[in-house]
Amino acid sequence: MKKEILFITVIGKDRKGIVANISNCLYKMNINIEDITQKIVRNYFVMAMLVDIKDANCSIEKISEQLQKIGKEMELIIQVQHENIFKMMHRI
Amino acid sequence: MPFSIDEIYETARMILFEKLDIRTTTLGINIKDCVSSNFGTFQKNVYRKIVKMGKSLVENAKQMEIKYGIPIVNKRISITPITLVMEIHSKPDKFIKMAQTIDSAAKEAGIDFVGGFGALVQKGMTKTEKLLIDCLPDVLASTERVCSFLNAGTTSSGMNLDAINLTGKMLLETANKTSKGMGCCKFVVFVNAPEDNPFMAGAFHGPGEPDFSLNIGISGPGVVRSVVEKNRDCDLTELSEIIKKTVFKITRAGQLIGKELAKRMKVPFGIVDISLASTIAPGDSVAKIIEAFGIEKIGAPGSTLAIALLVDAVKKGGAMASSNVGGLSGTFIPISEDAGMADAVRKKALNLEKLEALTAVCSVGLDMIAIPGNTPAETISAIIADELAIGIINNKTTAVRIIPVPGKKAGETVNFGGLFGKMPVMAVSKFSSKSFMKRGGRLPSPVTSLRN
Repeated sequence: MKKEILFITVIGKDRKGIVANISNCLYKMNINIEDITQKIVRNYFVMAMLVDIKDANCSIEKISEQLQKIGKEMELIIQVQHENIFKMMHRI
Repeated sequence: MPFSIDEIYETARMILFEKLDIRTTTLGINIKDCVSSNFGTFQKNVYRKIVKMGKSLVENAKQMEIKYGIPIVNKRISITPITLVMEIHSKPDKFIKMAQTIDSAAKEAGIDFVGGFGALVQKGMTKTEKLLIDCLPDVLASTERVCSFLNAGTTSSGMNLDAINLTGKMLLETANKTSKGMGCCKFVVFVNAPEDNPFMAGAFHGPGEPDFSLNIGISGPGVVRSVVEKNRDCDLTELSEIIKKTVFKITRAGQLIGKELAKRMKVPFGIVDISLASTIAPGDSVAKIIEAFGIEKIGAPGSTLAIALLVDAVKKGGAMASSNVGGLSGTFIPISEDAGMADAVRKKALNLEKLEALTAVCSVGLDMIAIPGNTPAETISAIIADELAIGIINNKTTAVRIIPVPGKKAGETVNFGGLFGKMPVMAVSKFSSKSFMKRGGRLPSPVTSLRN
């Protein structure tokens, strides 16, 4: 089955447990993490996770909902976006 | 990682902090096939078609928002210009009943506005079209979500001054029938109106369109302002380049959403309208872009050049990003819907005359301007005619959405509420154009239209 890639962008203050909490949540939804990168951009901690949801046991809506919940608890902004939007905006 | 973290953050930042969104997804629907000699059946057909397609639009747009993490602010429908399907039911009560049917269908489907309750009268009016204009005050006063338009001219056919004269009277009557004159917010008079414009109040599904057509209006004043603010010292050529690159990105996002949404709904994808569309949200303002260029307040000398530069760069970036650019694709400079524009009027940096000059180099005309409620009908018609003449001669779309606010004088504030925003009532010349406007008739098409 073809991969279906989502990007999870996390923006906020760096703290312990961000990766752990998100990874655990993704594991429960049977989502594979393919890559992680992070950086401080203009005083924000920014982390991007590239995940494959082809085997996920729930919809994108549910994935987004679960991650938003973590975002709220940890005071982080979490964006979930299909890779196509990045392909369109950043590649000709 | 196929994208750098800076690229990923740039997209996130545009959406989260700079108010990038898809301003509207507008589904054009042909309702010519709904016509029946039995008016009840005709109403039922229109109702069912709008509800069915409207619900599908709302549901599928929601899925797109989740998948791409980008808000789709408005879900709208445009229909065939109503007079084209009402010829055999040309009675005032039937116009009102049809408008109310469309209004209820929009409510049922969760659609905020339906455009197209108007007419193409660029060369003349049929009896039905004249009757529609007579009925519009009652239509606009008795419905919430129905929007109306007139196309009163084209460069190739000239301008219909008789229709514009009727429009001035109609607007005054509408204003007096609705709170704060707000019925007039749902009516636009155009020249060179595009048949695939997704933006309200002037959207309609033109007679040259297929059964359905999904059109997208992107936004982005906040994104453009942010990038201009970061480049305070570059020259105009460089500034144009920076805006082009930014608009390219937001247009591509719009096209992605539009194409996929159309595919899901099994309807043809129409166009992306690349107009920068302001909202009343702080920073989401075209006026603020111009101020970031280095102009103290929009309306100050240099503003026309600044708008010209902005619109040209927006078009170039958009045209590179999509082969489906259409609709109005200029830049909106509404007054009440753009907090920066309203503030420029309040501070007396911008008046009606300078606003008219600005619209000569950008779409879409005098938009959302409040004027004193006691302005004579022929003066309103003359303001409209001036603006539309700019469109006729320059082979571009221009339009007017003007609200004579009952009981308000120049300088007083009117708050339309919600998306419509608030603004000071603008002063109008006290000198009369009555004798000129009374001549009526048709402005002949300009020599520039003779291209064959």
